[in-house]
Amino acid sequence: MSRRVELKNHQREIYYFRLRLMLSLGLVLVMLVILLLRFTYLQLIKHDHFETMAESNRIAVVPIVPNRGLILDRNGVVLARNYSGYTLEIASRKVANLEATINELSTLVDIQPKDRKRFKKLLAESRNFDTLPIRNRLSDEEVARFAAQRYRFPGVEIKARLFREYPYGQGTSHLIGYIGRINEKDVDQLKEDDIASNYLGSDYIGKTGLEQSYEKELHGTTGFEQVEVDAGGRAVRALSRSAPKSGNTLVLTLDAKLQEVAEQAFGAYRGALVAIDPNNGDILAFVSKPGYDPNLFIDGIDTENWEALNSSLDVPLNNRALRGQYPPGSTIKPFMALAGLYNKRSPSYTIGDPGYYTLPGNRHQYRDWKKGGHGSVDMFKSIVISCDTYYYGLATELGIDKIHGYLSQFGFGKKTGVDMEGEVSGLLPSQQWKMNRHKQIWYPGDTVSVGIGQGYNLVTPLQLASATATLANGGVGYKPHFVKHIERPSGNASERENAPSIDIHIDPQHIDLVKRAMEAVTKPGGTAAGAGSGAPYRMAGKTGTAQVIGMKQGEKYDEKKISEYFRDHAWFIAFAPVEKPTIALAVLAENGGHGGSTAAPIARKVLDYYLLGKLPLPLQTVVEKEGAEDD
Amino acid sequence: MNRKELQRRFMAHLDPVLLLALGLLLLVSLVLIYSASDGDWMRVSGQFVNILVAFAALWLVANMPLHYLIRSAVPIYIFGMVLLICVALFGEISHGARRWLNIGVATIQPSELMKIAVPLMMAWYFEKHEATLTLKNYFVAALLLLLPVALIARQPDLGTSILIGASGFYVLFLAGLSWRIMLGMLLMAIASAPFLWSMLHEYQRHRILMLFDPSQDALGKGYHTIQGMIAVGSGGFLGKGYLNGTQTHLDFLPERTTDFIFAVWSEEFGFIGNLILLGLFIFVIGRGFVITANASTYFTRLMAGSITLTFFTYAFVNMGMVSGILPVVGVPLPLVSYGGTSMLTLLLGFGMLMSIHTHKQLVKT
Repeated sequence: MSRRVELKNHQREIYYFRLRLMLSLGLVLVMLVILLLRFTYLQLIKHDHFETMAESNRIAVVPIVPNRGLILDRNGVVLARNYSGYTLEIASRKVANLEATINELSTLVDIQPKDRKRFKKLLAESRNFDTLPIRNRLSDEEVARFAAQRYRFPGVEIKARLFREYPYGQGTSHLIGYIGRINEKDVDQLKEDDIASNYLGSDYIGKTGLEQSYEKELHGTTGFEQVEVDAGGRAVRALSRSAPKSGNTLVLTLDAKLQEVAEQAFGAYRGALVAIDPNNGDILAFVSKPGYDPNLFIDGIDTENWEALNSSLDVPLNNRALRGQYPPGSTIKPFMALAGLYNKRSPSYTIGDPGYYTLPGNRHQYRDWKKGGHGSVDMFKSIVISCDTYYYGLATELGIDKIHGYLSQFGFGKKTGVDMEGEVSGLLPSQQWKMNRHKQIWYPGDTVSVGIGQGYNLVTPLQLASATATLANGGVGYKPHFVKHIERPSGNASERENAPSIDIHIDPQHIDLVKRAMEAVTKPGGTAAGAGSGAPYRMAGKTGTAQVIGMKQGEKYDEKKISEYFRDHAWFIAFAPVEKPTIALAVLAENGGHGGSTAAPIARKVLDYYLLGKLPLPLQTVVEKEGAEDD
Repeated sequence: MNRKELQRRFMAHLDPVLLLALGLLLLVSLVLIYSASDGDWMRVSGQFVNILVAFAALWLVANMPLHYLIRSAVPIYIFGMVLLICVALFGEISHGARRWLNIGVATIQPSELMKIAVPLMMAWYFEKHEATLTLKNYFVAALLLLLPVALIARQPDLGTSILIGASGFYVLFLAGLSWRIMLGMLLMAIASAPFLWSMLHEYQRHRILMLFDPSQDALGKGYHTIQGMIAVGSGGFLGKGYLNGTQTHLDFLPERTTDFIFAVWSEEFGFIGNLILLGLFIFVIGRGFVITANASTYFTRLMAGSITLTFFTYAFVNMGMVSGILPVVGVPLPLVSYGGTSMLTLLLGFGMLMSIHTHKQLVKT
């Protein structure tokens, strides 16, 4: 009996067990269906999506940096070029302890304290995903030594790259400028201009000068290579490639040899010189002294050099030719004369110069530079001997608004629109300007000093050179420019359009008078007679002096008493040959004192080379004093 | 003894059907490890040695009379528990988890042993009290399960504790635990979920969270899941072809020869390949069910059922994890993933299955 019950239980147990087993089998099948649905979803429905994800995992786009365009002078002389070399670079985010790594590296390659300082500076201002150079221009031996120990330095690598080099160094520093590493600010600007993608692999960008202004031409188009990468980002093989396009070559209007001559002609003087072809606005020479070595800046300048450049009293980083603003002094007089002639001042109108000028009803004496005066002076003589009294009177007669109206046609008080960034506009005052700027009315006394280029007047050397070129060309002026044409790597060049930008209708008799007077300036009896003596071509010019400090009534200017930096600046504007000018220039010798004695000889050397091909003898440090006294 | 006799003796306690299915899966393993390791023959031959060793164990267990197995249940379980406690006290920490025990000559992972020991012990216990099963017995059996599971979860080793928990639960379920109690347990589990959540380690929580939104931390914790899903999904219908998986061969897939080997298969052989692989697993499981259904004793039924269902659980959890429907818990794909220990435990289990099948038959004839 009990046995039967047990058996029955056993049967029922087996039945229940199998029931539960069937239930689990059902559950297993449900799970399998879930997996199957999941596979259907991933592999069939969403396949395209995951296919794309797998592809983007696998394929990386690597930018190929284009070669930067060259910069040549008008004769093909290279002013900025590329050469290949090796750098040692550190990917800072891949290196745990930078200091220790650099110390280790210094046992293999020569790393100076200034390299470390520069690296730190770069690190502070770099984009964080950059690799930064700790050493440039490695020697072959250093490359070999590092290569052998490379496994010890993850995140440190040697890169072969093109370096930028400026063979003329200081001589063209303010003209060519330099490139430097792209910093955060540059990145923002690139994004704003919507060209950031073209700079994906680029480390450098033009920072100043033509390198900056023509960045878009010089940089070129970045190429891209599609590579298959593994999860570690290492390229496994190349898939496709679009070649980079090298930057365009800039062919300048500049004559490198002339530039060199002009540079040397300054000797120890600080200052600026701009020479322009009056027939088309080509800038032939563009000097700002002192310069600096632009090569120092390319990979980030080290602190010592930076401090030295920045704290120097000579402010070598200031582009005087483009951005220096100085009173034009007596160089304004030919332009004032034209303004007078235009406003019906007779050329034969003659004053008796007592050596000073007084406004009607006022006892204040505006002194002529020559004590006792020049005697009777007409317009021609006023230019030749640079008579201040004549122009005090002329300015007062014209009034400031007529002066402003006429002179602004020559580009005074306005940017010339030269193809370099950073130009300043100088200052040509007017009643309106004084009210806006100083909230004061214009006094008649203000006009008096404007007549001789002092007072509120300010010009840049470039501006004055451009105005001189316009005058030399009879009132037809061209926008000054550095770039003659742009050569594309494909071979075709783009020539610039060149229509006159200024056309002042000047009576030929007026221009003839002023030109003759300016020619006489360089002849015996003129203020630049010394500089002009013996010139085999017809040379015209005008001296000028820009006061650095004002003088009290009755005080006599004594240059020996005044420290060098407070001495007057010497100006000279010139063009030649007078009958058909092919060059016009403005020279500023800072603290040079007299235009005729310091600035004019510099101009003469430049004209001699340009017109005669005559190279000056190596210059002594200081230009000898010669020529007539100036104001 | 001629060759035929030798062959007969050798095969006497092996189940040819199950053996064929296992053999095919092991072949898949070798083929895949070759691809996943980028043609590393060392890795392939390593797995081959693992298979040989595990197969030897399978053969031994299959040829062992069942009463040896029953008798060994208690000592094995106690030995395993002692080892687990030792791990908790003096275990070696690796990757933030205390799983290994250094016994001088080698380090061992006692939790692997428990994969066999726990269901064995529970089946033994139910067999012993078969005649007079009361609620108390289920309670004791549950305790036999929960103690090791808790110790392993604390190591922490979520994957193994889940698998052992599952294998024990299958024993309870097949032993006839009443539906009412199971429902109660389910409700309790839901109620205690917040508490359990707070017991989890930070990284375990992360892995579960990642399941819901892996892209949240695409390069960190979600990386495994995302890359696994990309591999599976980009495989498409036919797959990218053997040795041509880009996710696999360009290093995007983590743990390619071990936990994520299924992604390699999916990427290179596609949806069709997955159907084939699922077919092989169903083949093994189906045979397991047949053996279980025909098992003659209470002990063997429970043991065979638990082994079969646990094997399926392994496969499901792994494929679910790789295809992104389960959290990444570190469960290998059974019989396919590279690894000696799991191969040994798995084939030991199949050895028992064969022993259960063949010894019953021998008794019959």
